[in-house]
Amino acid sequence: MTEEEWTAVRLSLLVAVTATAASLLPGIAVAWLLARRQFWGKGLVDTIVHLPLIMPPVVTGYLLLILFGRRGPIGAFLEQTFGIVLAFRWTGAALACAVMGFPLMVRAIRLSIEAVDTRLESAAGTLGASPLWVFATVTLPLCLPGVIAGAILTFAKAMGEFGATITFVSNIPGETQTLPSAIYTLTQIPGGDAGALRLTAVSIAISMAALLASEVLARRIGTRHLPA
Amino acid sequence: MSLDVDIEHTRGTFRLAARFSSQPGVTALFGRSGSGKSSLVDIVAGLIRPLRGKVVVDGQTLVDTERGVFVPAHRRRIGYVFQDSRLFPHLSVRQNLLFGRWFARGEGGVAGDFDSIVKLLGIGHLSERKPNSLSGGEKQRVAIGRALLARPRLLLMDEPLASLDEARRAEILPYMERLRDGTGVPILYVSHSVVEVARLATTVVILSEGKVTAVGPVLDILPLADANDGGSALDAIVTAHDETFQLTTLASTAGELQVPKLAAVVGSSVRAYIRSRDVMLSLQPPQEISALNVLAGRVVTISEGGAQADVRLDCNGAVVMARLTTKSVRRLALAPGRPVFAVIKSVSFERS
Repeated sequence: MTEEEWTAVRLSLLVAVTATAASLLPGIAVAWLLARRQFWGKGLVDTIVHLPLIMPPVVTGYLLLILFGRRGPIGAFLEQTFGIVLAFRWTGAALACAVMGFPLMVRAIRLSIEAVDTRLESAAGTLGASPLWVFATVTLPLCLPGVIAGAILTFAKAMGEFGATITFVSNIPGETQTLPSAIYTLTQIPGGDAGALRLTAVSIAISMAALLASEVLARRIGTRHLPA
Repeated sequence: MSLDVDIEHTRGTFRLAARFSSQPGVTALFGRSGSGKSSLVDIVAGLIRPLRGKVVVDGQTLVDTERGVFVPAHRRRIGYVFQDSRLFPHLSVRQNLLFGRWFARGEGGVAGDFDSIVKLLGIGHLSERKPNSLSGGEKQRVAIGRALLARPRLLLMDEPLASLDEARRAEILPYMERLRDGTGVPILYVSHSVVEVARLATTVVILSEGKVTAVGPVLDILPLADANDGGSALDAIVTAHDETFQLTTLASTAGELQVPKLAAVVGSSVRAYIRSRDVMLSLQPPQEISALNVLAGRVVTISEGGAQADVRLDCNGAVVMARLTTKSVRRLALAPGRPVFAVIKSVSFERS
C-alpha cells in the first residue's frame, strides 16, 4: 500500500473513533429522554434525530456546510469564540459522521433502555438512589449491550460515510480524505484499480473486525446477568 | 414511629380515599385484590403522587398536596419489599444486599448490621449467587434483607408471600416473625391472607373498595375482616365422602368436620370459613344435638362490645371465633384459659 493509502486508513479510523466517542454521551442522553420521559416537543426531537437517516446524505452534508461553514451561523460563532474551524478539516469529517450515525446509535440505545424493567428502577429509588444513581447503577449496566451495539453501528457507519462528508469537508488528501473518498478518487484515475481494491479489502477487514468485537462484547456482558 | 396517612387518589374510575394512623409493630393493610392496598403503599413509598392529602412519618411531612410538599422516594428512607422481589439481575446477592446501605451512609433509621441481618434471614450461603439462580423463597428473603440494610425507618411489604407456594410461605413466615420481634423496624404489611395477618400483625387496617372500613388491634379487627360479620378460617383436607347422607368429611388441625357434600376429590385441600355467629359454646360435651360438628378448645381472649362479645378459641392450635351475647359470656363464666366445646352450625368454603 502507498503512503497516501495508509494516510486515508489512519484518518478514517481517527474520524470514526472520534465520531463514535463524541456521540456516545449525547446519544445515551437523547435515548434516555425518548425512552423514559414525556415532554413537549418529544415528537419533534425524535424526528430531528432520525432526519439524517432518511434524507439524502448530500443534503445533510450541504446543511452542515450552511450551518457549520466558516460563514455559517454556528461555524462563525465557533471560530470567533473558540477558534474552532470544522469546514474542510478532519474534525468536520468527524462531525458529519457523528450526525449520520446518531440516529442508529439513539435507536439501538433507546430500544435497550425501553427493555429495562422500570420496576427495578423504582426499587432502586426506594433504596435511596437518586435518579442519576439509578441510571448509573441499574439502567446503564442493564442496557449496556444496546449501548455497545449502538457504538459499533455508529463506528461502522462512520467508516463508510461518503456523501455528507465529501459535501461538507470535501476530499483533501491527509486532511479529509477518508477511506471511501480515497476509493472513489482511485476509481476516477487511470490505473487506480489496484489501489482501490487494496483499500476495499482493508475496509472489509475493519468492518468485520468491528462486527466481531461487538459480538464478543455483547456476549460477555449479556451472559453476566441475563438468564441462560 | 408513627405513620399518618390521609389521602385521596383516583386511577381511572377507581377512587381511593384512605385515612389511618399506624402504631409501632406490624400494621396489616388487609383487603381483597383491587381494594387499593398496593396503590396506598406506593403512595407511602413515594412511587405514586396522590391527588390530594398528606403522608406524615415520625412528624416529617412526606406529602402535603396543599403546601406542595412531595419528598421523592429516594429521600424518604422507607424500605419496600415488593411482591415480585425486584432483585437487580446484574448484581450478586451480596451486591444486592449492600445496594441501599451505600446510599444510607451514616443516616438514622434502624442500625442494620450486615452479618446479623444475613443470619436472621438465613441467606449467608447465597452471597455470591446471582438472583436468577435463587428460588422464590430465597429471592424474597434477599429482598427483605436488601430493604432492611438501607436502614429504613419504616418497612413496606406488598404481599411479600403472594407469589410463593404454601411450602415456601411456611418457610418464610418464621423469618417474618423474627424480623418483627428482632429488628424494631415498624412494618406496613399488605395482605389478603387472614392467616398471615393473624400471625404477624399487631394492628389491622381493613380496606374495601378504596375506603378504610376498620382500624384497630388485630384481635378486634380480624373477626371483621371476613365479610361483614367476622369469622375464622381453617385449612382442611377432604378425607371421605358419604353418599348415603350426601356428606363430606374433612380433617383439620382443629378436628374432624362433616359438611354437606363437596365437589372435591378425596385428598384435596379446602379452606373452611366459620362465621363467628354460627358458633355456639358449651361447657360440657354436647350430647343429643342436631349439629354435626363439635370442636374442643380453650378460650384465648374475649372482647366485649356492648351486647355482643367475640370469643377467640384455640382448638388444637387453630383459631375459631365465636360471637355470643355478653350475657351468655357472663352466664357461662367464660374467661381466658377455660376449656369449652364449640358447636358449629354451618361451614362455608373456599377451594385453596
